Amino acid sequence: MSKIDKDEHTGVETTGHEWDGIKELNNPAPRWWLGVFVITVIWSIGYWVVYPAWPTFSGDGERGGTTGSTGWTQYSQLEESQAEIMARRAAYLDRFDASTFEEIQADPGLYAFALAGGTSAFKDNCATCHGTGGAGASGYPNLNDDDWLWGGSVSAIEETIKFGVRANHDDTRYSEMPAFADIFAEDEISDIADYVLSFSSGDDFPQRGMELYGDQCSLCHADDGTGDRLQGAPNLSDAIWFYGGTKADLVAQIRKPKHGMMPNWNVRLSDSTIRQLAIYVHSLGGGEAEQ
Amino acid sequence: MSDTAQPIKYFEKRERAYPKRVWGKYRKLKWVAMIVTLGIYYLAPFLRWDRGEHAPDQAILIDMSAQRGYFFFIEIWPQEVYYLTGILVLAAVALFFVTSLAGRVWCGYTCPQTVWTDLFVWVERIVQGDRAKRMRLANGKWTFEKIWKFALTHSLWIVIGMLTGGAWVFYFNDAPTLLEQIIHFEVPWSVGGWVVALTFSTYLMAGFAREQVCMYMCPYSRFQSAMFDKETMIIGYDADRGEKRGKHKKGDSWDGRGDCVDCTMCVQVCPVGIDIRDGLQMECIACGLCVDACNEIMDKVERPRGLIRYDTTHNREARLSGRPEITHVLRPRTFWYISVLVIVGSIMLYGLINRSASELHVLHDRNPLYVTLSDGTIRNGYDIRILNKTHEDILFSLSVEGIENAQIRVQAAGDPDPSALLVYADSVAHYRLFVTAPKPSAARTTLTFTAVSADGEIVETYSGLFLSKGR
Repeated sequence: MSKIDKDEHTGVETTGHEWDGIKELNNPAPRWWLGVFVITVIWSIGYWVVYPAWPTFSGDGERGGTTGSTGWTQYSQLEESQAEIMARRAAYLDRFDASTFEEIQADPGLYAFALAGGTSAFKDNCATCHGTGGAGASGYPNLNDDDWLWGGSVSAIEETIKFGVRANHDDTRYSEMPAFADIFAEDEISDIADYVLSFSSGDDFPQRGMELYGDQCSLCHADDGTGDRLQGAPNLSDAIWFYGGTKADLVAQIRKPKHGMMPNWNVRLSDSTIRQLAIYVHSLGGGEAEQ
Repeated sequence: MSDTAQPIKYFEKRERAYPKRVWGKYRKLKWVAMIVTLGIYYLAPFLRWDRGEHAPDQAILIDMSAQRGYFFFIEIWPQEVYYLTGILVLAAVALFFVTSLAGRVWCGYTCPQTVWTDLFVWVERIVQGDRAKRMRLANGKWTFEKIWKFALTHSLWIVIGMLTGGAWVFYFNDAPTLLEQIIHFEVPWSVGGWVVALTFSTYLMAGFAREQVCMYMCPYSRFQSAMFDKETMIIGYDADRGEKRGKHKKGDSWDGRGDCVDCTMCVQVCPVGIDIRDGLQMECIACGLCVDACNEIMDKVERPRGLIRYDTTHNREARLSGRPEITHVLRPRTFWYISVLVIVGSIMLYGLINRSASELHVLHDRNPLYVTLSDGTIRNGYDIRILNKTHEDILFSLSVEGIENAQIRVQAAGDPDPSALLVYADSVAHYRLFVTAPKPSAARTTLTFTAVSADGEIVETYSGLFLSKGR
């Protein structure tokens, strides 16, 4: 540009850009700003030396990048934090692992520790099926009530969590009710359902239903319908129904039973965590005393 | 395009004030106010108050880590912070009341900004000399004298700043213990951080910012005029008597002229650097030093004192129209301030006298809302919190009323009996409570939870719900 245009009021050179009579002044960047900019450039060089800064080629699972003179990385910081938490937890964990369930439940400190650990582990692992409050859903048992398929003592709950139900483990809880659709006629199934409902309602029932129940069902569910925990056979005489308590629900279950599945958590969770979970589930309200 | 054009000025350059030494009634009052306020500030944390073995014996203490506030016989928990709100309301209205009567006396005599600025100016004067010497030194070259005098002044300021910050932390810790720790340089970083921060802020505010704090930072000085009326005492120059001002030689006649000899002493002693003869100004903190200065001069020229004095606009009007000068303490404005003071004060006193020694809180479970048990009964779960604000451990008996055949069970370590729940002194106990009852006909039943102390003296109730809607 040959001609330098200066602003009339301030005497500052303009950029030559003009919008509706307003001109942009060509003020230089403030000195302090320029100074700070230069300092940040110098600072960045120091940063490269001290901290991990540059990416490098790395294989699968390797942590690439320059390490920096201090050796500090976010990975090492994470590991340190985790080690710190584990060390803090260890004080309780050692005592927790060495104590029986009865001892833990009598010790306010250990009990609070177990519940804290159990609560968070439950929300991480169990809430997906059983709900955050453990209230379950149809086909997923409510853990708050006092009706237990496999037992409600802390040790029974621990075993269920550890090995699962119908899971891929030799010690898993296992039961299988046959599908009676091929064995019984529809009207026979209807009579059995009526008889089963009479356990809790006290209503009249067809005689044939009682006879068929006695032949085919009482072996597992007991004559009075109270079930058998050793076989995981549900109690049919109480107010709680796993797959629904209407007659249609019962008929469907007799014809072709649904069988739920729970994983064996021993492959995912530590023994300590499983013990904490058992204590937590037991504390939800329906827990039973040890046999 | 002219070379003479001046760049636009955005900020006015500050004229630093070098208040001249003055002696008189108000200066004396200011010294007394300084000694009293600083005395309270430095000594109050060392006052003791016996509260028994489970509580600290410091009269004034804000215990952050234990979440307790202590003020002599008052003791508050975090949820009772409304007492603090009440105190702040009282303080604000009391300030309004005093201001409407006597102007900005708070600013002039007791505000920490004023007290510490006064202290710093005093240090400045002791080291560097009075106004003229200080100005000469500040505007002069960097001589050896200037360097050592400035260094000494600033060092003393920083020492005062450290003492200020050092005293502040005593209000948040046991003072004698902390004093011991400070002497041995074994203070927690939080304490050290506060001392450093307050040292710096004191140094900055009282050493450099000074009257600018009042002029630009303090909101109060900006809305003070809202509390003024014609009967508010303000510092004023009596222009009726003073004008026409002018130099006066001894022996000259006083006829046909005012009493003001234009000596500018009132300007020289002013800590905020204004000329009071221009009338009431936003910057004036009503410290009365110009009154002292002017009276001294009036004595010398043998004219009556009070050319600059505390007076009201109402009095001036009365004088001019020949009515008697009367100041009413009770005016609509002051009446309302007194009313608010009495009302808020009474509410706080009532709250304090009726402060419960304990509280019961019951929180219904949200998930699940209720549980159907195998025998068809319904169970509801609750989180129970019992606060024990006394300094003794208390056994509480918990009971539930409002639903028939209800059974209660407390879920906690060691299966405690609901009729004997231990709540430690000065703490909160947390329990899980299960209430089981035959399914009620209504979906929502109102329950009353009651916690009674073993001696029967404390009875706390809480109204809650028993839910049973659904299958």
